[in-house]
Amino acid sequence: MTTTLQDRKVIVFNLNGEEYAVPVQNVGSIERMMQITRVPKTEHFIKGVINLKGVVTPIVDLRVRFGTDRREYDDSTRIIIVYYREMEIGLVVDGANDVIDIPEDAIEPPPEVINTVHADYIEGVAKMGNRLLVLLDLEKVLDKKENDYLKLEA
Amino acid sequence: MDTAQYLDIFIEESREHLQTVSEKLLDLEKNPEEKGIIEEIFRAAHTLKGMSATMGYTDLANLTHKLENVFDGVRYDKIKVNASMIDVLFEALDDMIAMVENVAEGGDGKRDVENVVNDLLAIEKGEALQARAEAVSNPADSADASIDGHKLDEFEITILGESKERGFENYEISVELSETCLLKGARVFMIFEILEKLGEVIKSVPAVSELEEENFEHTFTVLFVSKHDQKEIEAKIKKVSEVKDVSVSVFSIEEYKADIEKKVQEEEQAATAPTPVQQAPEAPKAESKTPAKKEGKSAKSGQNKTIRVNIERLDILMNLFEELLIDRGRLEQISVDLNHGDLQETVERMARVSGDLQNIILTMRMVPIDQVFSRFPRMIRQLARDLNKNVEVQIMGAETELDRTVIDEIGDPLVHLIRNAIDHGIENPEQRLAKGKTEQGTMKLEAYHSGNHVFIDISDDGAGINKHKVLDKAIKNGVVTHEQGLNMTDQQIYQLIMSSGFSTAEIVSDVSGRGVGLDVVKNTIESLGGSISIDSEEDKGSIFSIQLPLTLSIISALLVELKEEKYAIPLSSIIETAIIHKDQIFHAHAKKVIDIRGKVIPLVFLNDIFDVPSTEEEESDYTSVVIVKKGEKIAGLVVDSFIGQQEVVLKSLGDYLSSTFAISGATILGDGQVALIVDTNALVK
Repeated sequence: MTTTLQDRKVIVFNLNGEEYAVPVQNVGSIERMMQITRVPKTEHFIKGVINLKGVVTPIVDLRVRFGTDRREYDDSTRIIIVYYREMEIGLVVDGANDVIDIPEDAIEPPPEVINTVHADYIEGVAKMGNRLLVLLDLEKVLDKKENDYLKLEA
Repeated sequence: MDTAQYLDIFIEESREHLQTVSEKLLDLEKNPEEKGIIEEIFRAAHTLKGMSATMGYTDLANLTHKLENVFDGVRYDKIKVNASMIDVLFEALDDMIAMVENVAEGGDGKRDVENVVNDLLAIEKGEALQARAEAVSNPADSADASIDGHKLDEFEITILGESKERGFENYEISVELSETCLLKGARVFMIFEILEKLGEVIKSVPAVSELEEENFEHTFTVLFVSKHDQKEIEAKIKKVSEVKDVSVSVFSIEEYKADIEKKVQEEEQAATAPTPVQQAPEAPKAESKTPAKKEGKSAKSGQNKTIRVNIERLDILMNLFEELLIDRGRLEQISVDLNHGDLQETVERMARVSGDLQNIILTMRMVPIDQVFSRFPRMIRQLARDLNKNVEVQIMGAETELDRTVIDEIGDPLVHLIRNAIDHGIENPEQRLAKGKTEQGTMKLEAYHSGNHVFIDISDDGAGINKHKVLDKAIKNGVVTHEQGLNMTDQQIYQLIMSSGFSTAEIVSDVSGRGVGLDVVKNTIESLGGSISIDSEEDKGSIFSIQLPLTLSIISALLVELKEEKYAIPLSSIIETAIIHKDQIFHAHAKKVIDIRGKVIPLVFLNDIFDVPSTEEEESDYTSVVIVKKGEKIAGLVVDSFIGQQEVVLKSLGDYLSSTFAISGATILGDGQVALIVDTNALVK
C-alpha cells in the first residue's frame, strides 16, 4: 500500500487483547524481554531499569499504567523503546510485530473510556477493516505528574 | 607556511609565560625588593619577546620589549616598584594576553597599545633607555626589508648551515612588485608557489602572515634553499606578472654572523649617555635569541617532561576503558562459572594489568586544581579594590588533583563563592577596626583529599552569617514555614541561602545580591556528584565546604544482597562492616541501635527502606551491617549479606528517575545486570 502524506506510519502492539499504535518516529527499537532491576520508591507503573547496550533505561509497565491485570511474561512479551522528551523509555507490552500506515481520515476522537484505559492517554482511535487501533498519546502516558487514574497499588 | 606549524606551541607557551608574569607581579607587589621575582618576570618577558618576534607578531614583541626594559631597570635598581607602576604593568599584561588570545582565535595579534607603551616609557625614565629601545625593536615596516633587519634564530641558522652540506644553495631573494599591483597577496602566493617547487623557503621578511594580509609596501625578501641555479630562479619569478624586479643573491651565513657582530658594536656606541651597567643587558640581547632559547629550554627540562594531549583523545580512551572494565567483570564471572584453571589464571593476570591501566588512565585525567586557583589572586585583588575591602588570600593545597571534567565545572561556582565572601563576608576596613579585628581580612582557599573525595574549603574571617536574618528572609519568601524553621539546625539554616530566589543583600550590587548565584552553585556542585555545606559564626567568619568525588565515573563499591536483589554501596562512605548477633541490638527511643567500641550507632534496615519483596521471613541470629559515615554522623545499614568489593562504573539513572530516594545511580555488573547504587548520605540523619 502506498503511503500518502495523509497517512501515519505506526507500530502496532498488543496489550490485554487490544491493539495499540504509536508513531514510528517515536520508536527506537523493539527488544525481547530481559531482566528488569527494580527501583524502589518510584511510581507504581515504573517497573525498574534494564541494561540497554550499556545505557541504564527505565521501563514502564503499561498494564499497570492502564490498570489492567498483571500477566506473566512469555515468549511474545516485548519491550518497546520509545523516545520521550529526549529520553529513552521502555514499555512492556504483550506483543509487537506490525507496522502499518493509518490514513488520516480513518482516525476518530476517542470515546470516554476504552476498556479501562482512560481517555486522557488516548489521542484517537482508528478503524482499519475490522481492527480497532488505539492511538496512544505518549506524552500523557509517560508524564509522571499526569493524574494516575488508577492509583490502586497492585 | 614557515611559522604556522609552530603556532600552537607559541600560543601554549605564551599563555604559560603570561600566567607566570601575572603570578609574579602579584608577588612583586607584596615584596617589591625581592630580586628573585624580578628575575623571573624578566626572563618570562624576554622569552615572550623572542617568541613573538620570531612569529612575526610585532605589536606583541614591541610591548613585551617595553616591559622587558622596565624590568631591566628594576633589576638594576634604576626604577623602584610602586603600586601605580604595578597597575600599568598589569595593564600591559592584559594587552599581551588579549593579543595572544587574538592570535589563538586566528587573528594577527595586532592591538593599539600606544597608551600602555607610553606609560611604560614614562616609567623607564631617561632618554638613554628610550633611544636604545627604538633602535632594537625595529619592526619590519621599514623600507629596508633585508634579512639583516630581522635576526635569524638558531633553528633557521641550522637549516641554512645543513643545506650546504646536502648540496643546496642558500639564496636571498628580493622581490619588488609593481606599484600598480592590486592583489599583492595573490602575487605573493603565486611567487611562493613557484619557490616551493624549486626549493624551500626558510624565512620571509616581512613574515608570511604579513604578506598574506598585504601588510607590506611592494618589496619583500625571502631566504631560500634550493638546488636550482640563481638565474633559473630569477627567471621563473620574473614570469609572474606585476613583478617589477627580482634579485637573487647567494646568502652567506658567515657574512650574516659577521654583520650581526658589527651591528651589536654599533648599537653599543649609538646609545647616548648610558651607564655601563645598562649596557650590559643590551649586548647579551643581540645574541639573545640563542642563549635565551637555551635558557628557556633548560628551565623547561628542569620541570617534569610533559606532553600535550588532546582532551578528546583522553575522553575516548576513558570510554573505551570503561567498556573494557565491564567486559573484564564478565570474563571474571564466566571464568568462575566455567571453573577452568588456565582461563582463571589468564583472567587474573588481565585483571591485574587492567587494574594498573585503570590507575594510570584515571590519573591522566587528573589535573591539579592550581589551574583553577591560579586565576583567583588577581581576581580577588581586583574585587577587593572595587569594593574597598582589604583582603589577603591564602591558597593551600593547589597541587591537589581533580578529574579534568570536575575542574572545568568547578571554576564558576568557586568564583561565585569567593565573590560572595568578599562582598558579604569580609567587612570594610572601618567596620573591621570597629569590631576590634585587623584591618585586613583573610580568605583561605584550601583543597585536600580525603577518602575518595576532594574537599575545597573557602573560609573567611568576616562577618559570618546572621542566622536569624536568614531564617526570617526564608520564611518571608516562602522557602520554609515558621514551624519548619523552629526545628532546623544552624547548618540547615545556613543552607537556606542557597535556595533559589533568596537574598539578604539589601542592595543588589553588580557583584552579588541577585539571589540567583548561590543556588546555581549548589546545583552545579551536586550535578558533579558533590555536596556543599556551610558553617559560620557571627563576626568570626564562615566556611563554605565543597565535597567532590575524586573520579567521576568509576568508584569502588561494596556489593551487598537484599533478599534477591543486589545493591552497591560506595566504599568511600564505608567505615567498616560488621556481623552482629541479635543480642547486640538494643532499643533506644524505639529505634534499634548497636554499640561498637562504645559508640552507639543507629540501624537503618535497607530491606524496609527499599521495600524489598520477600518470600518468607527468615530469622537469622546474625545480622550483616555496613557502617557508613556522612561527615561526623554514623549509621549502620542492615543488609542480608555481603557479596564483595568491586570497581563499578557509575551510570546515571537518567532524568526520568533522577529523584529516587536514597539511590544515587546505577551500575552494570559483570553479569550484565543492573545494580542500584545506594546514596548513603540520604540515609544518615
